[in-house]
Amino acid sequence: MSKYTEDDLREELKTKEYEYGFYTDIESDTFPIGLNEDIVRAISKKKDEPEWMTQWRLEAFKVWKEMKEPDWANVHYTKPDFQAIAYYSAPTSVDPNKTLDDVDPDLLAMYKKLGISVDEQKKMNNIAMDIVVDSVSVATTFKKTLAEKGIIFMPISEAIQEHPELVKKYLGTIVPTKDNFYAALNSAVFSDGSFCYIPKGVKCPMELSTYFRINQAGTGQFERTLVIADEGSYVSYLEGCTAPSRDENQLHAAVVELIALDDAEIKYSTVQNWYPGNAEGKGGVYNFVTKRGLCEKNAKISWTQVETGSAVTWKYPSCVLKGDNSVGEFYSIAVTNNFQQADTGTKMIHLGKNTKSTIISKGISAGKSQNSYRGLVQVSSRAENARNFSQCDSLLMGNECGAHTFPYIEAKNKTAQIEHEATTSKIGEDQIFYCNQRGIDTEKAIALIVNGFSKDVLNKLPMEFAVEAQKLLEISLEGSVG
Amino acid sequence: MLKINNLHASVEEKSILKGINLEVKAGEVHAIMGPNGSGKSTLASVIAGKEEYEVTAGNILLENEDIEELAAEERAHKGVFLSFQYPVEIPGVSVTNFIKTAINANRKAKGLEDMPANEMLKLIRSKSEMLEIDRKFLSRSLNQGFSGGEKKRNEIFQMAMLEPKLAILDETDSGLDIDALRIVANGVNKLKSKDNAVILITHYQRLLDYIKPDFVHVLYNGKIVKSGTAALAHELEEKGYDWIKEEVNA
Ligand SMILES: Nc1ncnc2c1ncn2[C@@H]1O[C@H](COP(=O)(O)OP(=O)(O)O)[C@@H](O)[C@H]1O
Ligand SMILES: [Mg+2]
Repeated sequence: MSKYTEDDLREELKTKEYEYGFYTDIESDTFPIGLNEDIVRAISKKKDEPEWMTQWRLEAFKVWKEMKEPDWANVHYTKPDFQAIAYYSAPTSVDPNKTLDDVDPDLLAMYKKLGISVDEQKKMNNIAMDIVVDSVSVATTFKKTLAEKGIIFMPISEAIQEHPELVKKYLGTIVPTKDNFYAALNSAVFSDGSFCYIPKGVKCPMELSTYFRINQAGTGQFERTLVIADEGSYVSYLEGCTAPSRDENQLHAAVVELIALDDAEIKYSTVQNWYPGNAEGKGGVYNFVTKRGLCEKNAKISWTQVETGSAVTWKYPSCVLKGDNSVGEFYSIAVTNNFQQADTGTKMIHLGKNTKSTIISKGISAGKSQNSYRGLVQVSSRAENARNFSQCDSLLMGNECGAHTFPYIEAKNKTAQIEHEATTSKIGEDQIFYCNQRGIDTEKAIALIVNGFSKDVLNKLPMEFAVEAQKLLEISLEGSVG
Repeated sequence: MLKINNLHASVEEKSILKGINLEVKAGEVHAIMGPNGSGKSTLASVIAGKEEYEVTAGNILLENEDIEELAAEERAHKGVFLSFQYPVEIPGVSVTNFIKTAINANRKAKGLEDMPANEMLKLIRSKSEMLEIDRKFLSRSLNQGFSGGEKKRNEIFQMAMLEPKLAILDETDSGLDIDALRIVANGVNKLKSKDNAVILITHYQRLLDYIKPDFVHVLYNGKIVKSGTAALAHELEEKGYDWIKEEVNA
């Protein structure tokens, strides 16, 4: 692994396009690069994991070794060399027993730069927050308040120790280790992530939030998130991601599993702003993520995502609508600029009767980027009266970018009602001149038009997040119209 | 207020304005009439600073300052307002949100803070009442699915909100029924003062019954070929443009 020098830092500071592209010089404990059984064991040992967990990882590793990286997505990139990545990096100054007040001031300064001053968050937003830097959870706020309601919200590494029965029961049940190449990899090497359990009938009184950040060079980040909403419960969960600007590509392969038991509801919102690479297409995060939720009877899962970052995105948050009357929703804004490539969408698997799904996807492409929506609506033969509505809108800026839509429909029950609408539009010079004439400059005009285009999805985000998402949209599209 | 000297402008190498001279003083209302395709909208766009039009000769002075180098938004900040002949749609952006953004952008250019929300609401309420605009209308997406009349009324609403120094109304009367025309004209008249000026681009005398012009100009083939008082508009109403074309081509 190459050492990060001051020259690199200076270089980095020059790439001002990416607001979050700073690197925090905290001491860290990084494994040697490469992946083999020993590394998997070492990760497990580092975490002091029980034997069942170690075995689970090793099995996943075995499965992964036999798998091939998928290439059906509409993205083109040099495949990562999985033996050139360090699979574990933890800031050494972190002690899991510390409270937030004891956290390394450098780390806290970093959160400030991220615009997520934890103190502020605590006071103002009523958001309980877990922050994962590189691979380790740094602090979980609000633990006590949540504990009073019986809500468990902690790093998954802690949950493995403290609530092994829950983890054992659900981990890998929604996204099995052999589900796909990246999920298998994640299962073998995940180092941390968040765990959340909402007991029966409990409405979680605050937004739960995780902030992910890749800091160390040459490392991969593999978080694992598991959210279980027990019968009749409700939770809204937020996830934010950033990474410093670097010349080489960084790998991020996360797995998120959601379980909504009977009558439960989970809202899962993501604002993804991994480093997208520079204007020439150098660097940037490869974001290969598997997210899936299971709905039991009358349960509901909503995925809302705002994807502005990453050089390559491969991501399909999905819902398995197993229980009768269950509901799945997917609301997405995906922005690509410069040389970014995104292949994202959802799968709605209708298994139960009267199941309903809604898909609203807004793709915004600028520069030389490629933006694809890929969605599957599947209705099984038992799923009487399943309904789906899908809407996929694309907005193009300039002539060099691409927008693509790949909707797949497989209906095996003839009572299914499936509607699909798609539009493609372009930001017109006339629209911009109209705004200019009213005194609104071009940058602001684009932001306004893009916000209008994305409104249906932005409205689905919790307030605090919607504002951040709007700002991000603005930043990501800066300079995209000459 | 506005002084245009020997203005030539072209688009895609095609010459459209061929030597326009026009002076509009504060407190005046000028009407510009002329057959379709004569360059009226082009003149409005060039004054407003639309980039695709190239000024090949002459200049435009706004309050004695040459505005050649100013971007469209900077001209707007200086008080130029154009009511578009064909206002564009901006899906998902409400009438309220749009005007709010515009007002605050203009304030920012003047070094002012955003207008406080309650003040903004009050202003929106008073201006929309003046133009008999329904509350529900304000939350619709800008110009999306608006009737011709609604679009024009919305343009005048924006004008009333922004209170420009120089308002150019490009065929604001077309598409309006007689009641709407009266409301819109009333709005324009309320805005008029000794410190600002209005240029009305129109085909019809009927607007000029409501907004009395001090001068009437006929634009034909990229030039102002005739200027006069309100009486000229009556003459055009009666006789059409053919006699002017003949005069010019003679
Ligand atoms: N963007 C443009 N590209 C090409 N031709 C244009 C453009 N804008 C205007 N024209 C031409 O310029 C002439 C004047 O148009 P316009 O100013 O719209 O006339 P008016 O408003 O008087 O009807 C017409 O021949 C029109 O086709
Ligand atoms: Mg015209």
